[in-house]
Amino acid sequence: MSTAIAPAAIAVPQPAPSRGYWAGVARRLSRDPVTLFFGALLLLMALAILLAPLIAPHDPYQTSMIRRLRPIWFQDGRYPLGTDELGRDMLTRLLYGGRLSWFLGITPVLIAFAIGGTLGVVAGFAGGWVNMLIMRTTDVFYAFPSVLLAVAISGALGPGVSNAMLSLTLVFIPQIIRVAESTTTAVRNLDYVESARASGAGPMTIVRVHVLPNVLGPVFVYSTSLISVAMILASGLSFLGLGTKPPEPEWGLMLNTLRTAIYTQPLIAMLPGLCIFLTSMCFNMVSDGLRTAMDVRG
Amino acid sequence: MFFYLIRRILYAIPIALAVGLVCFMLVQIAPGDPINAIVPADAPAEVVEQVRRDYGLDKPLPVQFVLWLGRVVQGDLGRSLATGRPVTADLRSAVGNTLMLALVAAFIGFVMGSILGTVAAVFRGTVLDKLAVGLAAAGVSIPHYWLGMVLVVFFSVTLNWLPAMGAGPGGSGDWEWNWAHVQFLVLPAVTLSVIPMGIVTRTVRGVVMELLAQDFVTTLRGKGLRRGGIALHVLKNAAPSVLAVMGLQLGYLMGGSILVETVFSWPGTGFLLNSAIFQRDLPVLQGTILVLAIFFVVLNLAVDLVQTALDPRIRRA
Repeated sequence: MSTAIAPAAIAVPQPAPSRGYWAGVARRLSRDPVTLFFGALLLLMALAILLAPLIAPHDPYQTSMIRRLRPIWFQDGRYPLGTDELGRDMLTRLLYGGRLSWFLGITPVLIAFAIGGTLGVVAGFAGGWVNMLIMRTTDVFYAFPSVLLAVAISGALGPGVSNAMLSLTLVFIPQIIRVAESTTTAVRNLDYVESARASGAGPMTIVRVHVLPNVLGPVFVYSTSLISVAMILASGLSFLGLGTKPPEPEWGLMLNTLRTAIYTQPLIAMLPGLCIFLTSMCFNMVSDGLRTAMDVRG
Repeated sequence: MFFYLIRRILYAIPIALAVGLVCFMLVQIAPGDPINAIVPADAPAEVVEQVRRDYGLDKPLPVQFVLWLGRVVQGDLGRSLATGRPVTADLRSAVGNTLMLALVAAFIGFVMGSILGTVAAVFRGTVLDKLAVGLAAAGVSIPHYWLGMVLVVFFSVTLNWLPAMGAGPGGSGDWEWNWAHVQFLVLPAVTLSVIPMGIVTRTVRGVVMELLAQDFVTTLRGKGLRRGGIALHVLKNAAPSVLAVMGLQLGYLMGGSILVETVFSWPGTGFLLNSAIFQRDLPVLQGTILVLAIFFVVLNLAVDLVQTALDPRIRRA
């Protein structure tokens, strides 16, 4: 294969004007009340946890032996969602806890998107032994159910936020590689890529102009659908004592430490889990809406 | 068919070996000397040296891997650091318990998902469809360890209908299929079943919708076949892909039950893993993960073979 020849690439007809496509996506999204609703909810939650230091009524680490596990609306709303097993304000803990939970849910997917997407496109476009090497390695990781793989890696490495993030990233990379590889392979064999090659476009040009615009969309949509899984898994690791360490507020860990309170203050003990559920549900619904709006199959 | 079968089975062998390699590496990536995965940290120095030589831990890593593999193939997964018992002894009952839980959960999820998915596809676009799709979305989005706690609060704490944890009256004991034991299975199994329920609903809905739009269904309708008759044809065609999804889900349930088992103190592999993580009992961690992963590989193979037998079109070149 010859390397990039710029003049020939100009002769290649540009792919359909992308502005029209994105305008279409935006129009379809604006007519989808369900996605808009969950998207707005997501935005609201993001805002709340970002502004936690400004809006939280108390200090997230301030414990108190005399007001442990107080009910919802304790002291006429001074503690709107009650207090936890160490007397800390629940609302404050939930707001601060969201920061770590969101971070742990989103970052591994972002890193995996960058690494897995690149490897997948390389495998799909290069084919041959490069493809063999990358895809057979992915097969091995596919031989582990994702929860098990995450638990195995973090279990071996020991507790800690960075270990949990590393294990989650490793869980998602193979999944993203597979989607990127299959999409790339499908695009690579299309006629217009063939004609671009025939008119002398180099591999880098073909990848940049023809492959990436067609591959990024589906891989991105797939990755957004992983965020909800990542949130549940990340909180799950903390729930097992593998992610965050106390007294750091994090929804999974809070759910774990409040487990004993289900007999005395069941409502309060349920709150962190409700937050995980809501966030994960919102991400799922928005991802589904994006998939439809962007007309991604599969 | 025969050659496909052989090739597929042969292909599973390198995968199984690679899974072994990953499990072997787990102990290597763990902080600290891998020898700590075999002898307790407070063992005298000469014992440590003796074990190091006996286990070949003074040899290069590839040799160590082969030695380890040799022991594993003979059914020696090492001894638990916490209890001193062979890992395989603990695993035997744990795997049985997890398998039972996963099978029951898979069955509930499969039945519920098939019903919801079919209803959604047949009444496409109606309230029923939206309800089923919403339930499916909730099923895959819900943190099931939290759902387990909610169910405990409701059915154990408030209503006092079902036990909150354990796997039988009076602590451990042999499992029997009577209500005294089965009541312990209800909440964990229902909790675990929401994920396959959601995924099966989505799959069945998609497949049945696609099938209902096909020409042969129109022909059947034109022929005057009633609804039940058409359903039979459609379900027959939907079965292979739904079964494949279900088979994989069973594997995910086996591997993913750790969180639910922790919530309900169900004495399965997840519970074993959890205590291994807590006590940094690396042999137990490694052995449990290896067994579950190999089970998953075999299950994948079985699903592929069954699917091919049911639908010859799937057989790839």
